[in-house]
Amino acid sequence: MNETTLLKMRGIDKSFPGVRALQKVDFTLNKGEIHALMGENGAGKSTLIKVLTGVYTKDAGTIELEGAGEVSIHSPQDAQNLGISTVYQEITLCPNLTVAENMFIGRGKGAFTNWKEMNADADKLLQSLDIPAKATQQLSNCSIAVQQMVAIARAVDMDCKVLILDEPTSSLDEQEVEKLFGLMRDLKEMGVGIIFVTHFLDQVYEVCDKITVLRDGQLVGEYEIKDLPRVQLVAKMLGKEMDDLSDIKGETNEYKGNDAGEIVFEAEGLQSDAGIKPFDFHIKKGEVNGFTGLLGSGRSECVRAIFGADRILGGKVKVHGKEVKINKPIDAMKNGIAYLPEDRKIDGIIGDLSVRDNIILALQVMKGFFKPFTKAQAKAFADEYIEKLNIKTASADKPIKALSGGNQQKVILARWLLMHPEYLILDEPTRGIDVGTKVAIQKLVLELASQGMSVTFISSETDEMLRTCSRLVVMRDRKVVGELSGDDLTQNKIMATIAGGE
Amino acid sequence: MKEKNKFNIFEKMNDTNLLLTITIVIFFLMYIGAVLFQGGGFSKPQMFFNILNANAALIITACGMSIVMISGGIDISVGGVVALVSMCCAVYLDKTNSPNILVSMLIAVGIGLLYGLVQGFLVAVLDIQPFIVSLAGMFFARGMTTIVNTAPFNVENQAFVALKDTRVNVPFLGSYNKKGIYVPAYIEIGVIVALLIVILLFVVLKWTKLGRSFYAVGGNRQSALMMGINVRRTKFLSHLICSTLAGIGGYVYFLHVGSGSASHAMGMEMNAIASSIIGGTLLTGGVGNIIGTFFGVLSLSTIQNIVASAGLDEAWWTGITIAAMLCIFLLIQSVVMAQKKKAIKT
Amino acid sequence: MSKQSKGNILGAFKAIASHQLFIPILALVLLAVVNLIVDPSFFEIKDVTNNAGYMVKSGALITILDYGSELAILAIGMTLVTAASGGQDISVGATIAIAGSAMLRVLCGGNSRPDTIQAPIIVAFLVACIVGMLCGAFNGMLVSIFKIQPMIATLILFTAGRSIAAWINNNELPIVPDPKFAYFGGFIPGIPIPTTVFIAAICIIIIALVLKFTNLGLYTQAVGINESSSRLNGINPTFIKFLSFVILGLCVAVAALIKVSRLSTINYSVIAKDIEMDAILAVALGGNALSGGKFNIWASILGAYVIQFLTTTLYKFNVPSDALAAYKAVVVIILVVFSAPKAREYMEMFVKKLNPGRKEAA
Repeated sequence: MNETTLLKMRGIDKSFPGVRALQKVDFTLNKGEIHALMGENGAGKSTLIKVLTGVYTKDAGTIELEGAGEVSIHSPQDAQNLGISTVYQEITLCPNLTVAENMFIGRGKGAFTNWKEMNADADKLLQSLDIPAKATQQLSNCSIAVQQMVAIARAVDMDCKVLILDEPTSSLDEQEVEKLFGLMRDLKEMGVGIIFVTHFLDQVYEVCDKITVLRDGQLVGEYEIKDLPRVQLVAKMLGKEMDDLSDIKGETNEYKGNDAGEIVFEAEGLQSDAGIKPFDFHIKKGEVNGFTGLLGSGRSECVRAIFGADRILGGKVKVHGKEVKINKPIDAMKNGIAYLPEDRKIDGIIGDLSVRDNIILALQVMKGFFKPFTKAQAKAFADEYIEKLNIKTASADKPIKALSGGNQQKVILARWLLMHPEYLILDEPTRGIDVGTKVAIQKLVLELASQGMSVTFISSETDEMLRTCSRLVVMRDRKVVGELSGDDLTQNKIMATIAGGE
Repeated sequence: MKEKNKFNIFEKMNDTNLLLTITIVIFFLMYIGAVLFQGGGFSKPQMFFNILNANAALIITACGMSIVMISGGIDISVGGVVALVSMCCAVYLDKTNSPNILVSMLIAVGIGLLYGLVQGFLVAVLDIQPFIVSLAGMFFARGMTTIVNTAPFNVENQAFVALKDTRVNVPFLGSYNKKGIYVPAYIEIGVIVALLIVILLFVVLKWTKLGRSFYAVGGNRQSALMMGINVRRTKFLSHLICSTLAGIGGYVYFLHVGSGSASHAMGMEMNAIASSIIGGTLLTGGVGNIIGTFFGVLSLSTIQNIVASAGLDEAWWTGITIAAMLCIFLLIQSVVMAQKKKAIKT
Repeated sequence: MSKQSKGNILGAFKAIASHQLFIPILALVLLAVVNLIVDPSFFEIKDVTNNAGYMVKSGALITILDYGSELAILAIGMTLVTAASGGQDISVGATIAIAGSAMLRVLCGGNSRPDTIQAPIIVAFLVACIVGMLCGAFNGMLVSIFKIQPMIATLILFTAGRSIAAWINNNELPIVPDPKFAYFGGFIPGIPIPTTVFIAAICIIIIALVLKFTNLGLYTQAVGINESSSRLNGINPTFIKFLSFVILGLCVAVAALIKVSRLSTINYSVIAKDIEMDAILAVALGGNALSGGKFNIWASILGAYVIQFLTTTLYKFNVPSDALAAYKAVVVIILVVFSAPKAREYMEMFVKKLNPGRKEAA
């Protein structure tokens, strides 16, 4: 083992029934290094991390740790004791305990809890990391971002040698991400090795030193960040040269029907109980527009209000110029509106149901309780869209939860496309899925629009919105603060509008 | 500004304390109401002690139930275990040669421990739903009780009867009977056991790592695992403690009634669950408090006594009032928790 | 070559073993085999003359079909409640007492020993249906609107139900004078098969038609698996949960008709005692997750008959009715352990250890 080497994984194998998730994967982490682990969904990143943290037991291979030699890790506790701490994408804390307990439970020796000492330590740590929470507060009383910061504080405090950050930034806004990066750089100075998993390329190039790329459960290679330009990184992840993303807008035509320009949907003073200020909104036939703003600025809440997903408090809604009432999702669906929700796991998939049932669900509900589709009809619908969207599944009978994130998203998309909506709302359709699917979805949006569908497209990645949208509604603090179109659609202009004022 | 204030109360109170406060306030209101409107018995301290005497066993089993419920499980076998323990001890004391009180106690604890080991293994290691496991446990205990002895009978072992009739006087709180003679207030031995257990478990839940891991596992099992808590061991121990307490509770029950019968402690598991809920334990796990459970038992039995002393002594009135009270408590909890969620959200 | 076919057979066996109907069918076969070995006369069906002087079929199998009816009917409703709400209704025994008591009240008109029935049987049954559905609606309201866990919400009627039943008839035990009323739980003159078998069959056919011609199955599963997504797909989860409890209420009313008809009277504290536990067991035995979601109603119904098969078998072995529970518990635990995925995992690991060469062969 090299002097600066901290962690050495060699020849790691892991299979699940029917899948070889990892095949002879090597991974090396040095002291004081931020190391990005990249790959598409299903490439084996999560599996590798779960092997390292003891959630899964490896089938073959060795793990060596500085100072401990070859180690065997059988449980998250083993990993913790060896100085490996992890922050997961989903918050893995207990909502019913206090902030302090969440930071210290499962650690340390002795049978008793010293509340006074624990609270004092927690407060000190929270202060030093600038986290706006009190030690004695119940965790579920904190916002999601603060909860994520608490998880990080827990990991940081554990005297860890290896810190694993598994997509920790997906629920943080930009300032919080900056704060996290500051923290990561401090830890790096102290000699901690950090494994960073993320889908945001910007973040990789901002903070990382090295990149290891995985594809289909196999190691593609390990690279110094300066030796691997973005385009090449994406190519390595995909295993092929990437389409030129920047030009997808030019490839497709605008909708040119007789009714082009007709206003399909219009809202006036719409307000829901999710805490957004009343807002006005409209969309034309064949138009792609978007809501932009920082996380928590209320962009999801706006589209949820349009779809009737939250309780509507007031406002007027018109479809094709005719006033209608949309109080619950079924009302919106009957008016030709479809909504792909932000959180796929919580609001999108019905995990145990088959891909087929997941695809036909919305259309089935529209058709009515007493008119179920026959098996043949359902199969035909499912097969059509599995082929059309290139959904990778062994069969339409597989439960949707067995699919990878990107394919799950395609199934949800199929569900709404099957309804042939006039107006399609896509809330973060590209979050947490692989690059290939991201591109496919963006192309699909433009294609649908060229056929006359109106689409609202929301994404945290401004690039994607610039590529697809012809008009952007800008939000700040749960309020619509501006609208950009035409030549104003530039990164800088959007930033300026989001930041507001002077 | 008023809005802001309300929000702060919800922010400061954690779920456990919020529900506990509701329980204690309602219990005191109810007891004071009983004293004011029914007078008579309720104004005498002995009435309160009688409630304790009659419900010491329920307090013990309900405490065990709370621990299982806090860690996200349930155990509906406790009533059956209580009946089985009473019957086994009764048979041992009455139908064997030269029985020993201490051995009978060991039998009680032993049955509880055995139950805990088996149920804990099935739930924690084999990952079978606790409801099904303890359902089978209940059937088994009830069936075994009749197999051990079908007919109910009283225990006449002298040492046992002496222990059963032992009264511990409570100073200062006695009262004068009609003839003007001072009658001291008393509690039974079982009550002391129950109070010790309440205090012990309160300490365990609040200040030990094991206690906190019950809450963590009940709050979010997956997270608890990720945070390095041994979830299996925690679940196993919660069932072990619950069943062992059911064994001890069984002995205390036996000590109170002094007989063995297959129909003993019928529906006690439901009373234990109801007491825990009234005391602010959520069946979803992660929230609850032993002191709350203690007050839950008191509330439940106070309402029974109010019903009885109001002259509505038909058995069915008791059932209806307990159900009504449970309903009210559940609705209050449901509304308060929903309000709280709303307050946090906005 | 032969190795491969062996692997295929193993694979096919595994596929069968993991099918949901495997456990209840296996249990049924095991019970049948045990009976066949111990006493083959178990399977005999004889023609005997019953009390009323008619020729009827008799035998253990008929008893199973007869007494398994109530359980099978309840299993239908319990499966739906379990799937939609992820919890169980523990008040069915108590609500059977309520519905049965209401039926008697209508039939006997408040008089405990009437000379004739005071209302047509169909009216009494309809009243029982309404009462059963009201009880279901009460439970459903607590669960769907107030978001109280099903087991806890139904604890209320569980505690109060038998008291309410007694209160309906002023704690008296009326006896129905009309022999026709006894047909439902016994035999219709001239028909040698118990009426209960037909009632169960009708209920099973109705639920089969409902599942085929409506989306009840899809909606219930969707709500049970992911309430939030179902709502965003236009389903009303509150209503679906509520509906499942009301359907169970209807099942309870039918079961109450059979139970009360068997005796022509009622015993508030004993009628349908512990039947909720058997109904829940039927659902679990059928391999349905008690945490809700996907369900197979046929497996639950089969589970109900397995439980009755077990009960009848135990009676044949002269197990006293009070001790029955203990034996039942042992069998249940064995079945549940064998069907637990974790237990299967451990067993597979154990087999692998015993036979390390097999992995390569497969």
